[in-house]
Amino acid sequence: MNSRLIIVNVIRWFILLFVQIFLLKNMGFYDLSTPFIYVLFLLLLPFGIPNIVLYLLAFGTGLTLDTFYDTMGVHATACVVLAFVRISFISISLNKDAIDDPEPSLSYMGFQWFSLYAFLCVITHHLVLFFLETFRLTEIGYTLVRCGLSCILTLLIILLVEFIFYKRTSR
Amino acid sequence: MRNLWIFISRYNAFFLFIIFFIVGIYLTVKNNSYQRSVTLNSTNEIVGTAYERLNVFKRYLNLGMVNDSLAAENAKLKTRLLGLTTIDSAKDTKVIDTTTNQQYTYLAAKVVKNSITLRNNVMTVNKGTLDGIEANMAVISPQRGVVGFIRDVSPHLATIQSLLHKDTKISVVIKKNNAIGSLVWGDGNFDIKKAFIKEVPNHIKMSIGDTIVTSGYGKFPAGILVGRLSKTNIATNDNFLSGEVSLFNDFGTLQYVYVIKDKLAKEQETLENPVKLK
Repeated sequence: MNSRLIIVNVIRWFILLFVQIFLLKNMGFYDLSTPFIYVLFLLLLPFGIPNIVLYLLAFGTGLTLDTFYDTMGVHATACVVLAFVRISFISISLNKDAIDDPEPSLSYMGFQWFSLYAFLCVITHHLVLFFLETFRLTEIGYTLVRCGLSCILTLLIILLVEFIFYKRTSR
Repeated sequence: MRNLWIFISRYNAFFLFIIFFIVGIYLTVKNNSYQRSVTLNSTNEIVGTAYERLNVFKRYLNLGMVNDSLAAENAKLKTRLLGLTTIDSAKDTKVIDTTTNQQYTYLAAKVVKNSITLRNNVMTVNKGTLDGIEANMAVISPQRGVVGFIRDVSPHLATIQSLLHKDTKISVVIKKNNAIGSLVWGDGNFDIKKAFIKEVPNHIKMSIGDTIVTSGYGKFPAGILVGRLSKTNIATNDNFLSGEVSLFNDFGTLQYVYVIKDKLAKEQETLENPVKLK
């Protein structure tokens, strides 16, 4: 069970980063909406993961993205923030002792919980990401529009992916 | 200590977040040229503002030094100006040699001792023979007005017999009609703002408010402002008119003076008193 989870996550990591770097990096709608689908990897990490491992994975994933995007530290910071939001949200919304599901995916947690979870994580990640990228408050309107539109696109793709793999994981 | 560890491990998510977040921000700022430039710029702004504040105080402390340099520069500029204005256009030579035409040069000096309360007042300045000062040179103040004459000179200091002295007589003219008189101080009036113009010929019409300037016959260059007539036709027992002059110059607040070096003074003296000087 445990080794299966690790293998699944490793495969997921490679696939998501591959898609992100080689496909979605070249996509963008009017430079306003750019999806960052790789955060799904961090969203779907198992419940039982220790905080330090989660942070290290988030930081490492972010750094990997940064090396390909040439934005050293920006994605890493955003992923760390996402990890913090993930931990906070899970500890608030769920009773940690009563969790018997392996991972917070759509098929285990239901649409309502998962969509809120994904929305909160993605929006904080994107806020940090875009504000660190612009690094000034004078263009706040443009940054917020970019952030919101990208957030919608990312969420759409995440939900789409989750629905595609819905049946398989629910077995 | 144990409680601290419990506290930290209970909220480990937050503390780990802080650590990783700071590392991420550090990487962002350090490795991206744009973010670095923005951060450095804002830092520079803060540092710059702080330095500016500090400089205000520093400037205040340096005021004395700045004053010295300004006075020196002023003297230099005035010397140049004189060189430009005193070119004798009546000469038939076409070569304008300002070094020979320039009769007067100014030298700034700081007043180190001043007196105004005595009958015969003498002040001391911080320039002496090493700076080229000689006895009997004329002294004026930077603002306006005459001060007096150099009396004694030592290598680094000189005393000035100011206008407020019974032996000081300065040749002046009433500007509007060029009537000659001599400026003295004292004679029952010891107000440092007032002096008397005496020995004005009887036929001259004096009126209150007339400007008095130096005549240029003595040691002073012509046209240096002295004061304004404040009282006219004071009764005297000789055949000349007298008037009271309110001085432009304030002897009480004198800080800097200009000593005027007259290039032709010696030549003039030799010419006028050939026997005595021999």
